[in-house]
Amino acid sequence: MYKYDDYDRNLVLERVKQFRGQTERFLAGDLSEDEFLALRLQNGLYIQRLAPMFRVAIPYGMLSSVQLRNLADLSRTYDKGYVHFTTRQNVQFNWPELKNIPDMLESLHKVEMHAIQTSGNCIRNTTTDQFAGVFKDEVTDPRPYCEIIRQWSTFHPEFAYLPRKFKIAVNACPTEDRAAMKVHDIGLELVKNEHGETGFRVFVGGGLGRTPLLGSAINEFLPELDLLTYLEAIVRVYNQHGRRDNKFKARIKILVKALTPEVFAQKVEEEWQHIKDSAAKLTVEEINRVKGFFVEPSYEDITSSTEFEEQLASNKAFANWVNRNTNEHKIPGYSIVTLTLKKTGIPPGDVSDDKLELIADLADKYSFGEVRIAHDQNIVLADVKQSDLFAVWRKAQTAGFATPNLNMLTDIICCPGGDFCALANAKSIPIAEQIQRRFDNLDYLYDLGEIELNISGCMNACGHHHVGNIGILGVDKKGQEFYQVSLGGCSGKDASIGKILGPSFAREEMADIVEKIIDVYVENRTAEELFLDTYRRIGMTPFKERVYAKAH
Amino acid sequence: MPKLIKDNQIIDDNWIVVDADFEGALPEQPAIVPLSYWNQNKASLSARSDIGVWLDSHEEPSHIASDLDSIPVVAINFPKFADGRGYSYARLLRERFNYKGEIRAVGDVLQDQLFYMKRCGFNAFAVRADRDIEVALTGLNVFSNSYQAACDRNTPLFRRR
Repeated sequence: MYKYDDYDRNLVLERVKQFRGQTERFLAGDLSEDEFLALRLQNGLYIQRLAPMFRVAIPYGMLSSVQLRNLADLSRTYDKGYVHFTTRQNVQFNWPELKNIPDMLESLHKVEMHAIQTSGNCIRNTTTDQFAGVFKDEVTDPRPYCEIIRQWSTFHPEFAYLPRKFKIAVNACPTEDRAAMKVHDIGLELVKNEHGETGFRVFVGGGLGRTPLLGSAINEFLPELDLLTYLEAIVRVYNQHGRRDNKFKARIKILVKALTPEVFAQKVEEEWQHIKDSAAKLTVEEINRVKGFFVEPSYEDITSSTEFEEQLASNKAFANWVNRNTNEHKIPGYSIVTLTLKKTGIPPGDVSDDKLELIADLADKYSFGEVRIAHDQNIVLADVKQSDLFAVWRKAQTAGFATPNLNMLTDIICCPGGDFCALANAKSIPIAEQIQRRFDNLDYLYDLGEIELNISGCMNACGHHHVGNIGILGVDKKGQEFYQVSLGGCSGKDASIGKILGPSFAREEMADIVEKIIDVYVENRTAEELFLDTYRRIGMTPFKERVYAKAH
Repeated sequence: MPKLIKDNQIIDDNWIVVDADFEGALPEQPAIVPLSYWNQNKASLSARSDIGVWLDSHEEPSHIASDLDSIPVVAINFPKFADGRGYSYARLLRERFNYKGEIRAVGDVLQDQLFYMKRCGFNAFAVRADRDIEVALTGLNVFSNSYQAACDRNTPLFRRR
């Protein structure tokens, strides 16, 4: 994990002081609402429906057990004893008081955390695959590059007042994309060229929200040393030419679409030619220095044990969990464990203070003291010995983190919605719960296979509904909450934006509607097909006919 | 006389900034004129040494690239502090067009933006008139270091660690 040096520490401390001053000036009436708004947003502070909401960065999703315990402490001291993990590998406090934010920042600073650029019209937290560094198929570990981007984007003087927010995701896995790279303003795919050199395929102009679009590749191989200068060229073109007259047309995706990706790429290339060989060009030494923070932990040489096989054979519930909630690790004898935060009755992504500490304990005892936050709002213990899985399962089960539904229909991505968020048009958490209650039979869920169901409470799409195989969007119709369904979205390698099924539904109908959709899938699938495959083969019509059929 | 932060100090500002729709003859006083006025009167204006040009937030510096030798002050307008195009313009003036004269931020110029503006190449700041310029001056020195290369320091931190 990256460790701050004196430079990093000082910069974050200076930020804490700066923000303390800004907060005091605002409370004293020396800063207007509008002026403070831009400043507080660049520090993750929203004024929400019920209280401020405070978003803390978890750079590329990595957290140490020390940091987890600090978050638990903060939630007890300044909030209601729980936090919310978001789809952006960030963590949110829902009930802090404005006057306490500087103290919270100071406490975060002590454990090398901050809230810099977690919101606002600037470059946000860079995200990546939650299995980075431990998944056998990846080209190379993407986290050092994420850290390099984090530093470059932190307090970037030219890009603090962009037309709109700006998000970068990095994926290093040729077979899968857990970072949803194609629905980001910039998606970077780590690749090797024919000479074995490392570089990036660069996608620009993807995004969800009001106008969902997939990014276009504008560079097939950007050498790794050119990463920062090329990013600078892209964002500079966007800063100058992105629309500022209409907030809804201000994202880079609108610019890329208006110019065409080819013309946009040409503008970036022209800009880049001026700066590519400047002192801002990365060095091999710097890449190696940062890579030095992401070396493998001291894995043990493990000879296979029969005990684990016996545990699997003798305990079906354990076997289910291993089968569902763990992934193959690149080192034999180890597993990647996902603790699911999707237990029915608890809002997806919410974790209480005592549970945060329990996860910290698990990390210390079984996974080198580190965890990762996944964009699907689950928590990953990346390095668990198979011989420890049974013990981890037992503890996770007691805590409610062992619901063996990873990537199943009830592993719902869900934004906080109308219960918490001032932007929302409709509630989302109760919809997730309704669907989880309907599909509570694990055998049936396993039979259905992987299905991504995502729920957003408004157009802003924090719940990524556009890329859910089944997407649900809360809409407001004359003050009433309704829900629009889309099908066929996917955030992975073969990313696609879902298509709207038809007119929206009342809240209480949602589980019925999802059930009808699932029925159509079950009746039409071939033995090998996942939901998405069947949808792609048979199209929207059969689903539409079933869902909107008149009752006999 | 209005005050200006220039080169980290507060000084009297004897330049006037001419409105976008100004027509006719300029007063005998150092003046910063809008781009359109400059373009229409370039021949007569470039003979004077006390005429600057201001760019609005949609007017890229390439429009005056060839005139920069005879322009002592380029001002960049921030119609709203949240319109960040001027940051890129200032960097381009310094780094692309190698402009050595004064780059002045005018318009909605506030304390909390000054540090970034300075890094992007601004060396003069006409702080919004309703704000205390002495207090705003402290905004220039919020951070003691920076990760990226910019106009104040053209080597990034990773080459200095």
